Amino acid sequence: MNALLHGRLTGLLALAAVIAVLPAFLPNNFYLDIAILAGFNAVVCVGLNLLIGYAGQISLGHAGFFGIGAYASGVLVGVYGWPPALALLAGAVFVGLLAFLVAKPILRLKGHYLAMATLGIGIIVSIVLRTESGLTGGPDGMMVEPFKIFGVELYGEKVWYWVVGVLLVGVVWLSLNLIDSPMGRALRAVHGSEVASEVVGVDTARFKVLVFVLSAVFASVAGSLFAHYAGLITPAKADFFKSIELVTMVVFGGMASTFGAVVGAVVLTLLPQALTVFQDYQQIVLGGILMATMVFMPKGLLPTLAALLPARRRA
Amino acid sequence: MKMLATPDLVPDTSGQVRRVGPPILKVEHLSREFGGVLAIGDLSFTIAAGDIHSIIGPNGAGKTTLFNLVTGVYKPSGGRVLFDGADVSGMAPYRLAARGMSRTFQNLQIFFNMTALENVMVGRHLHLDTRLLPALFRFPSLVRKDREARDRAVRLMTEVGLEKYIDADAASMPYGALKRLEIARALASEPKLLLLDEPAAGLNATESREIDEVIKTVAATGVTIVLVEHDMKMVMGISHRITALNQGRMLAEGTPQEVAANADVIAAYLGAAP
Repeated sequence: MNALLHGRLTGLLALAAVIAVLPAFLPNNFYLDIAILAGFNAVVCVGLNLLIGYAGQISLGHAGFFGIGAYASGVLVGVYGWPPALALLAGAVFVGLLAFLVAKPILRLKGHYLAMATLGIGIIVSIVLRTESGLTGGPDGMMVEPFKIFGVELYGEKVWYWVVGVLLVGVVWLSLNLIDSPMGRALRAVHGSEVASEVVGVDTARFKVLVFVLSAVFASVAGSLFAHYAGLITPAKADFFKSIELVTMVVFGGMASTFGAVVGAVVLTLLPQALTVFQDYQQIVLGGILMATMVFMPKGLLPTLAALLPARRRA
Repeated sequence: MKMLATPDLVPDTSGQVRRVGPPILKVEHLSREFGGVLAIGDLSFTIAAGDIHSIIGPNGAGKTTLFNLVTGVYKPSGGRVLFDGADVSGMAPYRLAARGMSRTFQNLQIFFNMTALENVMVGRHLHLDTRLLPALFRFPSLVRKDREARDRAVRLMTEVGLEKYIDADAASMPYGALKRLEIARALASEPKLLLLDEPAAGLNATESREIDEVIKTVAATGVTIVLVEHDMKMVMGISHRITALNQGRMLAEGTPQEVAANADVIAAYLGAAP
């Protein structure tokens, strides 16, 4: 118990420390921008990991939820003049409801029906964003106003870096809390054996729906803030390839590992920047990474490294 | 582990009258077919509270199907199941668990992605705060109850002889220990009725005897046990009553002595005499 508590807090502190000192090593806004993008991806992946890594369900449409959050903020603030915080909240509530309505009937069934349904949702969202050009600007995307709250305008990489940093630490903290709770154990139990969970009283359908809604809401909040940060959003941020990228980050970093999800998001955000030569082949590289991970380290990067460490210490 | 010594719960081998509890489980004209094949047909019996009641029968007799029907894993094609006086036919397993029914599985159903202790703690699910917000923000009340659950799970694991596996990953445990882990997990939910599906299958003689003791200890605490088991020595030794099935139908019912002497039962197991 103490070791576990200790482990959780040390991990969180380490993450906070890295976020705190990182800007000192980033020479300019270009690098800061990449760090911010990695942070947004990490927030989505931590939520997605609760669904994929812990509860053992697959979503192939999380970019859709990210996109809805982003466009809710873009449209409600830009077109209807809502305060950004309210727009963010409205987007999150809408995404939560949508996720609930999709998951409720589907998660009663066993198997990969959720993957199929979320695939459909993602594609529908992407199509709506591309075609409703009156509101969304169509394939070219739309401009989004800066985030203003209590008269303060969040502007520039230096400010947003800290916003995303705090958000990420908060989301990781929530995720670690959840995993080490009765509901978190129930989620992992659903992954382990649905029938065994049921006979000790776990309403498996309820928990699967709940974690799906939660992870969708995380994505929506990240999407809203991203829209304000970037100032420009396009439907590409909500499409199928983006969803696959998010799943790859979770699988690569380490399923059922919160910090693994963060590492996966960071590494796979950096990779395309480092390998600009592969830009045209990004999807192929991504697919290759996904396959190689499944074959060579099915537990993902961080759990695999963690398993190596004590062995070396003993040797 | 300590030996039980409650006199009125020890199986009565002298043929004397034993105190019989009120019915806790009633199965009435239960049937279930799979694609036209009758796995359970018009089956009726009653299980008295406090008993160790065994279900026996040759392979394919429908024992596991019966378990799945009673615990809500399958829905019956006909008939009904009454638990504590209420009709619970086809009720979802998690609802039955809330009413006080739990079970173990013939083919292990362990949460291999968790530690042994966490497996047992999942068994406490019904007694803990399982809401989202208290979990996300780690309410002190949730943490306190969780700590109690952990202590209780440690005690349960010790009771079933798993003290050395408390911090072990379930995936690293040997088969015999996993059998006990399932029992500890089921007990953690504090069931009134516990159904054990072949708890001794695949165990050696020593392990079998130890499981035997675990079952008797659990029964001594007032939990009604329904046992499916092929180990006849165990069944005859610890059961108060036995129901024998063959091809989904009732073959015989009675005390171990009565069932062991029943000609139909002997015929079903050894083949009918010409």
